[in-house]
Parts: sequence; structure tokens; C-alpha cells
Amino acid sequence: MTDYSPETTEKLRASLAEWEQDELAATLNIRPEDKTDYRTECGIPLKRIYTAADVADIPLEDIGFPGKFPFTRGPYPTMYRGRPWTIRQVAGFGNPESTNQRYKYMIETGQTGLSTDFDLPTLLGLDSDDPMAFGEVGRVGVSIDSIDDVDRLFDGIDLEKISVSLTINPSAWVIYAMFVASAERRGNDLTKLTGTLQADPLKEYVAQKEWIYPVRPAVRLLRDLIIYSTKTTPKINPISLSGYHLSDVGGNAIQEIAFTMAFTIAYCEEVIAAGMDIDDFAPRLSFFFISHQDFFEQICKFRAARRVYAKIMAERFSAKKAESMRLRVHVQTAAMSLTKMEHKNNLMRTAFQALGAVLGGCQSMHTNGLDEAFAIPTEEAMKLAIRTQQIIRDEINVTSVVDPLGGSYFVESLTSEMEREIWKVLDEVDRLGGAVKLVEDGWFQQKLADSAYQTFKLIDRGEKISVGVNRHVDANSAPAAVEIHPYDENCTTLQVSRLKELRENRDNSLVNDLLSDLKQQARTEQTNLLPKTIELVKARATLGEICSALREVWGAYDEPNIV
Amino acid sequence: MTLVTRNATPKRGIYRPSADLVPKVLAGSRPDIARMISRAEAGYDEASDALAALYRHAGRAHVIGVTGVPGGGKSSLISALIRAYSGDSHKVAVVAVDPSSPYSGGAILGDRIRMGDSAEAQQAFVRSMATRGHLGGLARATLQAVDVLDAAGYSPIFIETVGVGQDEVEVVTAAHTVVVLSPPGLGDDIQAIKAGVMEIADIHVVSKGDKPDAAATASALRGMMSLTPLGRPSEWETPILTLSVATGDGILDLKQCLDSHHAHLVTSGELALRQRSISRTRVLATLNHLLRREFDENTTNLAAHLQAVADRSSDPMTAALALLGLNRMEAKP
Amino acid sequence: MTIERDRMPGSENLSNTPKIRVLVAKLGLDGHDRGAKVVARILRDAGMEVIYSGLYKTPAQILEAAIQEDVDVIGVSLLSGSHVPLFAALGSLLRDQQADHILLVAGGVIPEQDYDALMNSGVDVIVPQEARSDMIVSAIRDLVDARGRI
Repeated sequence: MTDYSPETTEKLRASLAEWEQDELAATLNIRPEDKTDYRTECGIPLKRIYTAADVADIPLEDIGFPGKFPFTRGPYPTMYRGRPWTIRQVAGFGNPESTNQRYKYMIETGQTGLSTDFDLPTLLGLDSDDPMAFGEVGRVGVSIDSIDDVDRLFDGIDLEKISVSLTINPSAWVIYAMFVASAERRGNDLTKLTGTLQADPLKEYVAQKEWIYPVRPAVRLLRDLIIYSTKTTPKINPISLSGYHLSDVGGNAIQEIAFTMAFTIAYCEEVIAAGMDIDDFAPRLSFFFISHQDFFEQICKFRAARRVYAKIMAERFSAKKAESMRLRVHVQTAAMSLTKMEHKNNLMRTAFQALGAVLGGCQSMHTNGLDEAFAIPTEEAMKLAIRTQQIIRDEINVTSVVDPLGGSYFVESLTSEMEREIWKVLDEVDRLGGAVKLVEDGWFQQKLADSAYQTFKLIDRGEKISVGVNRHVDANSAPAAVEIHPYDENCTTLQVSRLKELRENRDNSLVNDLLSDLKQQARTEQTNLLPKTIELVKARATLGEICSALREVWGAYDEPNIV
Repeated sequence: MTLVTRNATPKRGIYRPSADLVPKVLAGSRPDIARMISRAEAGYDEASDALAALYRHAGRAHVIGVTGVPGGGKSSLISALIRAYSGDSHKVAVVAVDPSSPYSGGAILGDRIRMGDSAEAQQAFVRSMATRGHLGGLARATLQAVDVLDAAGYSPIFIETVGVGQDEVEVVTAAHTVVVLSPPGLGDDIQAIKAGVMEIADIHVVSKGDKPDAAATASALRGMMSLTPLGRPSEWETPILTLSVATGDGILDLKQCLDSHHAHLVTSGELALRQRSISRTRVLATLNHLLRREFDENTTNLAAHLQAVADRSSDPMTAALALLGLNRMEAKP
Repeated sequence: MTIERDRMPGSENLSNTPKIRVLVAKLGLDGHDRGAKVVARILRDAGMEVIYSGLYKTPAQILEAAIQEDVDVIGVSLLSGSHVPLFAALGSLLRDQQADHILLVAGGVIPEQDYDALMNSGVDVIVPQEARSDMIVSAIRDLVDARGRI
């Protein structure tokens, strides 16, 4: 930031040296500092104090203005003054009707966008009556077996008026097909539907670990989804490039952003290879990051991520539209930081993480419930989580100024430092053969497992503090008997009987023919599988039937042996 | 915060004499096979008669060593071979050897991840084994484990081990057929394999044949082999096979090649030679083991001799002979 | 001093002390493996031999692995909430196959109200998420010692 001339900067450095020898030295003599080494969570060294000299070399254009390349200060010029971030709390459990009721409750409480979690069988492309689904139906999310379930899920909700986020990955293209077919059935204008699919396969193989097929077919399915959605449902974000899970599985802030960007590059290359122009689909790429404990590190992370993404789009892919270079992000606060001991402390943790995300700049947010460490949140917990966002938005006056920390010597210095570290990782990925190959090799998985172990050792030794757990421990505290959201045993019975009824009352020979067609199409790299999938869901083929048909063609994924 | 333990009586186990396990092993009982292998690993004296008995019952299995650099795809390949052999009604066993940590003595044994489903589905027997400080690529008890599995009727028995350099070729002293697996992309770094491992291969395999650089790796191997003189005289020409576990291409060819090699060993008489060689290695290793154990346990006697040698009132040869119970005059030149 | 050809320096701990073998397992559809992998490393660093099962295994597959590997302990980490039915299934298989000398350790996200159910299924120790590594290691060592040599 060339606010100062080189001479002034030199004078400043000299003054700093004086201060260090005089006032600072005097204080250190009386009271030494509590550590000798200060760092961010991701390992970047921290100085005692930052001055203009630390940011003298940062080009002013890198910092820029909100809503303008490279978007460091925010994707939009007015940010929260024009439109506050969406309060988008995830919900989903049991059968579709229960989730539908929870949706309506959340909308009444003030939620402005819907977000859906699915149960494990649905996530993994299994029907509720599959043997592996034993004990899992409707447990961690809503159970969806067919288009009928999607109808029930959104019953009474106007999909043209509220955006819907679907946390679905290996089976994303099928759920999308059901969503679109269901909306069509109710007479919705598909071009008005808004929402987001998570649908990011590479991060599954390395972090969230939901998979069906080997890596390359999964990337092909995403490509088909992006291309089809761009043409048919232009307001839907067909992918949410996710760093959250990379962090959850052990990655630090640099790895979170760098690996996400590496995957983004791989996907863009796939879609471009299929003939699309970057500017046709990039505007709809959305992101999903975590907001973690190191307050300033996280704020700088968001700013660095926007700058890196803008440069990748402009320089690597020669994007022309501003919308292609502008990173929009949904944030979730860090569930891994929450504790079971003294769980009410989690309210404060979440509040700080939420504030960090707001100051870093986000477009929508899910704040965790205080019981999120060990259960699906209760209504009470969800209400408090929503209130946390409302208080930040409405009571403490942090939304009046766009990127209020911009220009801080520390924040700009750390943002640039993080940017440099991210580029280093991206260069290494390029050198080693690109993201898809490295996912197959297990390279990312090894790095993340190593990071996780490092973090664990720090906590184990007491070097990383967890209040109430390894510091300020109250011997009298026991983990509170928390009201756990009950598991509905009847859900399985209901879903299974619905499957039976569905299979008896549809045209089974049509379904079989369409499945054969799908398998045939899957064998050709270039065929887009969405149209056939939509035909299948309309014919009431189930999620499990569609997904296992393709497993016959592509085989199942075999995870590498990385511990 | 504490761990929560069960209030009921803790689980108790009884040490069943190894002699009782022998008939069960011969009958193919998997828990007993597994327990016998553990006894061999632990080196309990109580188990040595049982292991000797099982040794005498063994000798029918085709023992196949699979080695190569880490990341080459050995576990996936063995998984595919399990399916191929099981499909042909074989009872397949695998001993997968991984190094123990020199610092803690512990180990993470991860080969099973890629073999697990085949193992459980096909009733194959997969045993993970840590080297426990033993150098050379195998564990001290690997061959005893092979004896146990052999006696129980398993064949083929795969020994999977990491082999990178000249110090990790012990597998050749243990197996009838040695397969060396190279991932594609080794290309110019084929030197990384090093001569020792190159020579021991009865079959070279390039894995992940669906990848573009697989062919280049196969050529590089061919080039290296033409330069390397054969370590041992043999009528068997070491083939270089390219295969892909992902597509299944080449798996059956490898199986056929393995069967051919075994047939060749039998008809040429080389099998008997290998058996003798393996026996020699095992007897000498056991002698070595016994000697060292002897001296580990009789430290006072040893200490006296060591002090004398250090003081130069004795010398290493005299001390060694004395410990062996020989005096200088009796020793052969 | 004998020159030991096939012993490495500092390998006194690598000789004949019976090693504790642990199967760290993931059951059902739960894809959270961070904790399981961290525990695997902790146990390795404590000198144990750890077989990691990989994801998406059924109780029958875990049982078979435990038998073939002759493990002393099966440690299952579950964060999907389905621990009660899964441990019930595993526990009953262990009993049916006369493999219930194998110690069973449960970790992950397990609410207190489910502790009894797990104990009744045969779980010997439940490890809370915030447990320190030394607690986990000594719990396993104590259980194996109490069980005696088999």
C-alpha cells in the first residue's frame, strides 16, 4: 500500500526500532511475554505489532474496492448495507413431513433461506430398505427415496420465493432431478428457482467421505449437473465448493482455501473441456467455508480467498465477466470447536466465530446449535443460533461500514501472507499432476490426516486450549444431560412401506427400460445424464435404483490406505 | 472427565495349550489359525512343538511374494487376485507385512483396507503383520505364519511386503514366485527400484495399466532388464505384464502366469532347489535367533567375556569360541 | 556387546513383549474417520499394532477381520448416532462366534443415556470425545492385562 514514500517507511522502521529499545525493552524487563512464539492456527508467525511499514509493499489494486476485482473487500459494493447475509440454518431429519414442519417453524422464527440435510442412505444413493441402511433411515437428515418424498418435503412452500440449499453429494444429480421435476409438477417457472447444491465430489474423497463411484465418473456427473443446471435452472448454484469439510477433517486455513481452489480449477477444466465458456457457468459457482476459532486468521482467510479466486478466474481461465470472478460464500461456524463439557460455552464460541465471518464477509451463514457437538440440534438450540446472527446483524452496528477492518496494518499484512501461502500449495498441486490425480493418489488425504494429528497432539499436551476441557476445568462439571432430539423409529417403517407401495404402482417395465438407457449413456463420456435421470424420477424410479444402475457400469470406489 | 467402564466382571481369557490348536488348524478353523499365528509372532516356547508339527504338515501351498515401492497398488492387486483365485475354488491367504515404528515399536497396518471386502466375501484369510524390528522386509514370524496357513490348506499364499532397495529383498528367500510391482510414472526414476529388487522378480508387473505412462514404465523395465545380468541361472524368462485393477484387464493373464511359473518350478526341479534354499535360510535364521537369545539370557557369562575382550586380556575369537563351548584347539580353521 | 544383525538400535521394545493388537473400525454408513485415524496413531505411538478397517463396514465384516487378525481389542468410532443398533449387532455376533474374549471399546458421539445399552451389548469401555491420549492407552492396557494371556 503505497500510502507512504520509501523515505517515510524507513523513518517509520527507525521509530519502531527506537520504541523496541526504549518503551518495549523496559516493559519486557519487568514483565516478560507469556510466549516466545506467537502464530496463527495455520502456523503463520505473528508480530507483536504491525505498522504501515508492514504493508508498504502491498499494491493498492490488490486491496481495491468491494464489488470490484480482485474483490478482497467483498463481492458487492454495499455488502450488508444493501442486503444482509442470509440466515440459513440447516435442518433435516426423519421423514419428509417432519422436516417440512421444521422448515415452517424456522421460517416463522426468521430464517430467510432453507437448507436441507439428508440421511446417510440418501446421501450415499441407497434406498431406505437397503440392508446397509439399517439403523440409519431419517437419523442424521431427511430420508428421500423418490420424487414423492421431495413433493412432501416442500409441501406448502413456494419454491419461487425462497431459496433452497441441498447438502447432497454423490447422489446430487438425482436429487436435483427430483427437485426440478417436483417444481415442474407444481407449475413453478424453473428459471425462477433459486438455491444451491453442495455436489462437490473431490472434497468427499478427501474429507467428508461420502462416495459411490470412483473419482473420475463422479467428476463427470458434476460436469453434467453444472452444464444442465446452467441451461435449465440458471439461478441455481449447481455446486458449493466446500472448504468446511476440509477443515473439519483436520485441514488448517491455508489447506482449506488452497485445496478448495485446486478442486475448483479441476472442475472448471472439466466443464470447459465439454465445450462451455467460463463466463457461462462461473457466475454460479458458490463456496462454503468454515468460520473457525482464530478470529483474525479467519477474517483474513475470507479476504485472501476472494483475491485468490478472482486472480485464478481472470488469469488462468481468462474470465471476462465480473460475476465470474466474484467469490460468494456460505459459512458455517466450526462444529469441531464445540465441546460437550460445559456445553453452554458453545454459545459464546459460535458467536465469536459468526462475528469473524461477518467481518470477513459472507453471503449466508449457519450458526451451530450449542448441542451440535453431540446431537441434531433441538428447537431451542436452533432458536438461540438464529438469535446470535440477529444480534450481530441488528444490535452491534458492524454492518454500517463495508469491510471495516480493511486497511488495518495487521489485517492487510496477514491477508497477503495467507494469499502467498495459498499460491504455494496451488503451485505444488500443479507440479504434481493436478487435483484429480492427487485425490486418486491419496495426497490430500495424507496432508489432512497429518494436520489432524498435529492438532490433536497440541490439545493433548495442553498447548492448544479448550476452555472447560483442558484449561479452567471445573472438577464439578459433568457434561450436562442435554435434551437429545429423539430418533423416530417409525420413520424406517413408513419409508419402507412407501417404497413397497411405489414399486407396486408404477410402470416397472418403463423404469427398467429407462435404467438400461441410462447405463448405456453412462458408457459414453460425452452424454449428459441429466435428461435421462429426470425421465427416470418422473417414472418414479427410486434413488437407490438409479444409483446402483450406474454402480454396475462404473464400479465402486476403493479408498486408499491412508491413516 | 473419565472413561466409562463396565461394572460387570471384566472379560477373562484362558490360555489354550498350542497342542490343542493343532488339530483345529488342520481342520481349517479360522480363529485357531489366527491364534496360532499370534503365538508364532510372540515367540512363546510353549508353541514351538505345535509350530514344528504344523511345519511338517505344510508344503503344498504355492507361496507368492508381492513386493514393490509403496503406493504401487500391491494391496489392490492382491485383492483382485483373491477374487480371481477364489472364483477358481482356491482358498487364498495373504500375509501383509508392514514396518513397525522404530520409535514406539507400534505399527499401523493398513493393507487390509483394500483387501477387506474380498477377504470377507470370499472367505480368504488376510493377516496383517508388523516387522517388529526385523530388517529385510519380512517379520521374523512371517514364514511360520505361512506354515500355519499352508497346513490349514490355503493355496496360494501371498506375502505382501514393501521392497524398495537392496536391503528389502528377504521375500525372495521365502517365496516360490516373486512378483515385483511397479506403478506407472516410475519411468526415469526406475533407478529408484535398484538392482537388487529388479533381479529377484520372477514376474514384473506394471500396475494401473489404464494410465498413459504405464507403457513407458514397461519399456523402461525391459530396458533395465536387458542390462542386468541374471542373478541366478534359470530357464524361466521373466515376463513384464501390464494390468489394471480398475478395469480388470490383465488380471487373469497374471493368474495364468503365476500358475505357469509354479508348473515350471515343479517340472524343472527348481521348486526343490528353492525349498532347500528356503530351508537353509530358515535353519540359519533360527540358529542365529537361538544363539542371540541364549546370550541375551545369560548376561553374566557374556559380561565377563566382554570385559576381558575390552581389557585385551582376551580377544573376540577366543571369547566367541568359549561361549560356544569350544576351545581354540578344537575350532576348525 | 553382540552385534545384532537384524535388530535396530534402540529396539529393546521391539522384542518379545506380547504386542497389543487393536482393530480400529468404522461401522455402518458413518463417514467420519478423523477420530478413528487419530486414535490409530495414538495407539501406534504407544507401541500397539493397529489394523484400520476403512469405511463402510458391516458388523459381520468387522467380526471376520477381528478373528483373522486375532486382535485383543475392537475399537469402534461412531458419530452418526446409530451406535445402539450397530453395537447390539456386533456384540451379538461376537457372542455367537465365541469371540467375546475380544475387548470392545466405543468412541465418538455417544450420549450418556445410551451407555447402559452399549454395556449390555458387550462394550467394555466408552471413550468420551475429549479424552486425553494417555487415558485411552491405559484403559486398553488395563483391560488387556486384566483379561490375561490367551
